[in-house]
Amino acid sequence: MDQVSLHVEEGELFGLIGPDGAGKTTLIKILVTIIGADDGKASILEMDTRQAKKSIREIVGYMPGRFSLYPDLSVEENLSFFARAFDTTITENYSLIESIYDQLKPFKDRKAGALSGGMKQKLALCCALIHRPKILLLDEPTTGVDAVSRKEFWQMLREIKSQGITILVSTPYMDEANLCDRIAFLQGGKILSIDSPKNITDQFPWQLFAIKSQQKYALIEWLRAWEKVSYCYAFGEYLHVAFEDNTIQAKALNNYLRTGSISASEITVISPTIEDTFIYLMEHGTRC
Amino acid sequence: MEPVVKVEKLSKKFGEFIATNAISFEVNKGEIFGFLGANGAGKTTAMRMLSGLLTPSSGQAFVAGFDVTTQAELVKKNIGYMSQKFSLYEDLTIQENIEFYGGIYGLSRQEIKDRSKGIVDKFQLASVKNKLVKTIPLGWKQKLAFALALIHKPKVVFLDEPTGGVDPITRRQFWDLIYEAANDGVTIFITTHYMDEAEYCDRVSIMVDGLIKALGTPSELKKSFDVDSMDAVFQLLARGTANK
Repeated sequence: MDQVSLHVEEGELFGLIGPDGAGKTTLIKILVTIIGADDGKASILEMDTRQAKKSIREIVGYMPGRFSLYPDLSVEENLSFFARAFDTTITENYSLIESIYDQLKPFKDRKAGALSGGMKQKLALCCALIHRPKILLLDEPTTGVDAVSRKEFWQMLREIKSQGITILVSTPYMDEANLCDRIAFLQGGKILSIDSPKNITDQFPWQLFAIKSQQKYALIEWLRAWEKVSYCYAFGEYLHVAFEDNTIQAKALNNYLRTGSISASEITVISPTIEDTFIYLMEHGTRC
Repeated sequence: MEPVVKVEKLSKKFGEFIATNAISFEVNKGEIFGFLGANGAGKTTAMRMLSGLLTPSSGQAFVAGFDVTTQAELVKKNIGYMSQKFSLYEDLTIQENIEFYGGIYGLSRQEIKDRSKGIVDKFQLASVKNKLVKTIPLGWKQKLAFALALIHKPKVVFLDEPTGGVDPITRRQFWDLIYEAANDGVTIFITTHYMDEAEYCDRVSIMVDGLIKALGTPSELKKSFDVDSMDAVFQLLARGTANK
């Protein structure tokens, strides 16, 4: 991590978005006082991460990227272990985890190591919440998780947030950025941008076209060969294309395609996605 | 077209639990086949059977012309495999990884020399080939791992979430490599959690609770479920009971 500065507001759901190696895990580990920074300062609720390790650990809930529960203890034993470690009981804060733990209850006597991936994740979340932390830090909770379970997990995060808990969550999935109040884009240990998802996508400076054609590969090749093209990337069945020269409109674009014998079934102007903006900022650097 | 992967009523039971339940499908030469499903739907079990690592309980599968039950070793020799979790030896250099994989697949010294030069030239690795793999960026590792999965010129390559966690530009460059290999006649069998990548496949299957619930081109599937994206198809289908 290189000279990273950011602040998270109370009650916010804040996302650290970036690929592997961007520095997400390092930043979270510094904040939960597992590792120390070489340089610079970090604090949680005005407590310094170097000086107030113990007090910080009491008020944060931390879910590491790797499964970190005791595989030989049962579901219920894991939960009561974490409760006792934080000098509380399962019943004291049960309301916070009730909706999640209800799904685990049928398996409460099963060893944690024998749970399915989705269940392990829910149990880890319950264990991170059992002492009703003020701040919940989650390191890539949805990595390797299928698209349906990812949606469910984010729904759980919104419920936790509604109980007044501040959440800092990291993810390599760009589409999850839209579910955060504010996000920081991280790449190679540096911050590319910090803002609300809406303001982030506003940083994409050009008009963006989405093009669909049966000749998918020919379309990409032909557009990449056009020197006027400033941006050209595949997004599912569409190709997203933009021009620094804002006089180029759908008609000119269509004409160019025709000279390459490509017929587009659809050319529409669209709003840039989070991923478009991340790619733009990766290529052009940050403006802030 | 000749099927490179041919699966007939393939099943795997673990005790009472049926992980893969009599699935049947074929994948053709040079096809990019997306193998989707929720966590726990049975994808990994099926992939392990198809790569000769796990013996089926019943049914048959032929991969690259060999029977996965009776010719598992021949299957392993004739396929490539790459996963995001494990591909390269971090404490070996790029050059050493290339030689190691070449050796594992039984290539001759001359073949290893030629193909290693091919890989180094193609990915412009000449200046870094003697660096430890752990020191190179993730994006490079993924591309190198893919090249190594192809070093013995397999007929089919299994890619298990190859793009997990990589940045959006590298993810797309990786797909360029997939298209190139498919264009050269290599059959691609790929799993992913990125639904935009499902759109890049020639055909896609979606597994739910050990069964293949849908199989077709992305446009066929979207049409039959009357939705406009593969993500929507997946959201409609994928939630079985396996994760409950």
